[in-house]
Amino acid sequence: MRLLTHNMLSSNIKGVTNGFPLRIEAVKVEEKTVEMNTDFLKNMFVKIDWKVLVEASRTLGYAELPEEGDSSFLESDEFLSRFHHALLELHLEEGALICPETGRRFPVTKGIPNMLLHEDEV
Amino acid sequence: MASRPESIAPPEIFYDDVEARKYTSSSRIVQIQAELSERALELLALPEDGVPKLLLDIGCGSGLSGETLSEDGHHWIGLDISPSMLNIAVEREVEGDLLLADMGQGLGIRPGVIDGAISISAVQWLCNADKSSHNPRLRLKAFFTSLYKCLSNGARAVFQVYPENIDQRELILNAAMRAGFAGGIVVDFPHSSKKRKEFLVLTCGQRSMNASVPNGKDEDGESCSDDDMEEDENQTVCISDRHRPRKRPKTNKSGKGREWIMRKKDQMKRRGNVVPPNTKYTGRKRKDRF
Ligand SMILES: C[S@@+](CC[C@H](N)C(=O)[O-])C[C@H]1O[C@@H](n2cnc3c(N)ncnc32)[C@H](O)[C@@H]1O
Repeated sequence: MRLLTHNMLSSNIKGVTNGFPLRIEAVKVEEKTVEMNTDFLKNMFVKIDWKVLVEASRTLGYAELPEEGDSSFLESDEFLSRFHHALLELHLEEGALICPETGRRFPVTKGIPNMLLHEDEV
Repeated sequence: MASRPESIAPPEIFYDDVEARKYTSSSRIVQIQAELSERALELLALPEDGVPKLLLDIGCGSGLSGETLSEDGHHWIGLDISPSMLNIAVEREVEGDLLLADMGQGLGIRPGVIDGAISISAVQWLCNADKSSHNPRLRLKAFFTSLYKCLSNGARAVFQVYPENIDQRELILNAAMRAGFAGGIVVDFPHSSKKRKEFLVLTCGQRSMNASVPNGKDEDGESCSDDDMEEDENQTVCISDRHRPRKRPKTNKSGKGREWIMRKKDQMKRRGNVVPPNTKYTGRKRKDRF
């Protein structure tokens, strides 16, 4: 799972009012190089929760994102390549996602978060 | 006729390791799913600005449908309830991110962030009650309302579905409309029992006010509109758009009567439209003050 997806996911447990962001427990992280598309990054920038991306990328061992995100940064190639790397090249392979409200663990195996709810959570 | 997978076992049981591999190594299935996905992507009508989008593939399975999205340069998040199908997707190194999830439990995705969604040959599974705790109506509701929320304004969702019968089609369409979607059903190759394919084309939000449902395809690849077969049972396009202003009925002192209404409703139903059930109130004369 890439941080792009992590930034969109929230806990769906019944009764949880703010299931975002899911806390990351990283056991194994992989990097895969993909081609950069500036237009995609610019479009995504407005949808991304920047603080959450900064925090998540740190958890995966990448600490090169500026603390604050500002759309004026999108003019900088250096910024774009860091943003690209954090968003699309880091993969959480093994670990877990934790619901911020209930502490429920959603295990991640082979890069796939298991988001299935138990019957009493629906 | 072979029986439907949906009536054999729940999806996560039916699509076990053996079935998942068989499914994905059949060149016939690979080709059909690719064609369906391409058509779904076409019906999504994404802006042609060359900018990759963030899409959902619901019931993504082993990634056959998602691959079409990748080929078009888009990023996607796929979810499926079958671990075996997802394992094959990992094996095939699909480019989308995968989630093990049950769409009937609703999607846990932030509001307004997704540019479009496709689902190929999957949503009809929701019409089954595989566990005693399953209520198809509630599961469809959870699915469509959560999907509606996570789509950005004006985004579309296109589902290729195999409803078992008219009731299932209606159940699905009804749930989608109740969640706020506008849209309807597009039927490709309506006259061929083999090639006939149904797509639910839904639009979300403001721009859906003037959403129109595109035409289906005919044998020769031409698109065919519905006006050349007004009274045909195999309607190509059914539009059920609750945002569409109702046609004002011609005022007629005596009214049309219950019989006429029932006949009309049957006709609409056969075309796959959403029709309210008949009750003792159907066609009853209103009080004067109305
Ligand atoms: C016929 S396969 C299609 C897979 C893929 N879309 C393709 O085109 O090859 C249907 C898929 O829907 C999935 N499915 C069925 N019910 C589901 C549910 N409630 N939530 C998520 N996926 C489901 C099944 O596990 C299966 O992988």
